[in-house]
Amino acid sequence: MIATTEPTKYASNEPPAARLPGLPKLAAVRGIVELKLFFRQRESVVFTFALPIILLLLFGQIFHGQIGHTGVDFRQYFIAGIMASGLMSATFVNLGVSIALDRDDGTLTRLAGTPLPATAYFAGKAILAFVVCALEVAVLLAIGVLLLGLHLPASAERWFTLGWVLVLGAATCSLLGIAVSCLIKSSRSAVAVMNLPYLVLSFISGVYFVFSDLPHSLQQVAAIFPLKWICQGLRSAFLPNSLLVTEPAHSWQHGETALVLGAWLVASLVICIKMFSWRGRQSR
Amino acid sequence: MTSATSQAALAVRVRGLSKQYQGKTAVDGIDLDIERGEVFALLGPNGAGKTTTVEILEGHRRRDGGAVSVLGVDPGRADRHWRARIGIVLQSDLAAGELTVREMITQFSAYYQGSRDPGEVIAAVGLTGQAGTRLRRLSGGQRRRVDVAIGIVGRPELLFLDEPTTGFDPQARRQFWELIAGLSRDGTTILLTTHYLDEAAALADRLAVLAGGRVVALGTPADLGRSDAKATVSWLGPDGPHSVSTDEPTRCVVRLAESTEGEIAGLSVTRPSLEDRYLELIAEADGRPLSQTGAGR
Repeated sequence: MIATTEPTKYASNEPPAARLPGLPKLAAVRGIVELKLFFRQRESVVFTFALPIILLLLFGQIFHGQIGHTGVDFRQYFIAGIMASGLMSATFVNLGVSIALDRDDGTLTRLAGTPLPATAYFAGKAILAFVVCALEVAVLLAIGVLLLGLHLPASAERWFTLGWVLVLGAATCSLLGIAVSCLIKSSRSAVAVMNLPYLVLSFISGVYFVFSDLPHSLQQVAAIFPLKWICQGLRSAFLPNSLLVTEPAHSWQHGETALVLGAWLVASLVICIKMFSWRGRQSR
Repeated sequence: MTSATSQAALAVRVRGLSKQYQGKTAVDGIDLDIERGEVFALLGPNGAGKTTTVEILEGHRRRDGGAVSVLGVDPGRADRHWRARIGIVLQSDLAAGELTVREMITQFSAYYQGSRDPGEVIAAVGLTGQAGTRLRRLSGGQRRRVDVAIGIVGRPELLFLDEPTTGFDPQARRQFWELIAGLSRDGTTILLTTHYLDEAAALADRLAVLAGGRVVALGTPADLGRSDAKATVSWLGPDGPHSVSTDEPTRCVVRLAESTEGEIAGLSVTRPSLEDRYLELIAEADGRPLSQTGAGR
């Protein structure tokens, strides 16, 4: 049947299409797809944004008053923690769960059959995580300033601190979420697997309590992980230096923060590169 | 037929392919040659090794042994440039998501250079009316067609179709067959697996029957249907239905006519269909030691 229609345009020694779409374009395509999928899941959108807001308002009702003699209201202290915790939820938890879901429902297998590089897929996830983080931070800041007497960062330097802590924190937690998702076998366990470290870290990293009130040993454990440093970094952007007496090192420790987050970022990146497979481990 | 063809004309070349799952053999030494521009069907019962074979050729699964070349490249070591030249329609169902058909196809078209126009692809799979509908609201058969559109939007040289029409109604299957025939006319090489013999007969230039992880028959649909020369002559005698299996059906009918007054009631002469031959092959493969059933070498 093919005798009359020799497939001349597919000559066998023709070089393969040399110019495939570049990473920026592919990342943008994936980012738009991720954003559409996320914002069309109305329930998920509502709960993602409602959780930190409800926690913020709830804790604002339960705990208030000055922390020691620092002149800082606990509700203001607490906003930095909720913001950090919301950031970790939007990046670490959401990415880990959504990649496990993509693996389960065949999305990854379909993408694996196309020329799309894995980096573009991850970039799409990261774009979504960054957009959600940015919106969450904006909403929490607005509530903090309007209802809880929070002051916006007072200097350019503090704005800069806010910026790099958020970006580095979101990047680190995103990559860590992707790395952990490589270890998850099915989406049914994903929520549990991702939430356990997230909740434990939230309790020991100065999200719900003043960090220096925690037992010393827990402080030590928390200091190994990123969330404690993100919380501390955000406090350094919003809260006056009078609070430093309650900080464990009596300093904002920006250098250490960048170092710990950077180390987790690199380690997660290595795990992602080594461990990620479109097809999971069962196809070997 | 293929031995005389130069290797460059081959889209797929497989020698001694094997694959085990936890010690259980799924593919047991398969040889295949698929020429460029050919429509080739892999037939076989569930568990015959069809999907495993196709997944290895797609680069979705690792092989344990044998040599595989797909478009001149080992799929186990293929890069994105190679993936740009193949199209895959998976057996598993497409997830019911919140993207519309058009968004889904546009997304996949963006992954390739020189891909087909999304609107044309959507029209080709008969979903123009649903282009703005979210995948979640489509029927199973419609989602399957979206999957086919995903497979062809990158203008593949070689298209893999793993049981593409399972769950289609008869009309949708016919439309799908026309689509595949059209792609073939445009020069696309197609490898499809199917349970349906009529589908293989309608679409395939050649087919291989797999059973127990081995190729038990290889040829054109007509070859396979004809390979057993015995025909069956059936009629209705005064004492009930009769049926004779014979190499000489004409002589049989003449003898019958001589011994019968007037018309022979319920007379029919049937050749074994592809389906009969297929069922025979599967039964043989089940009953015989596997080492005797190879047909590839």
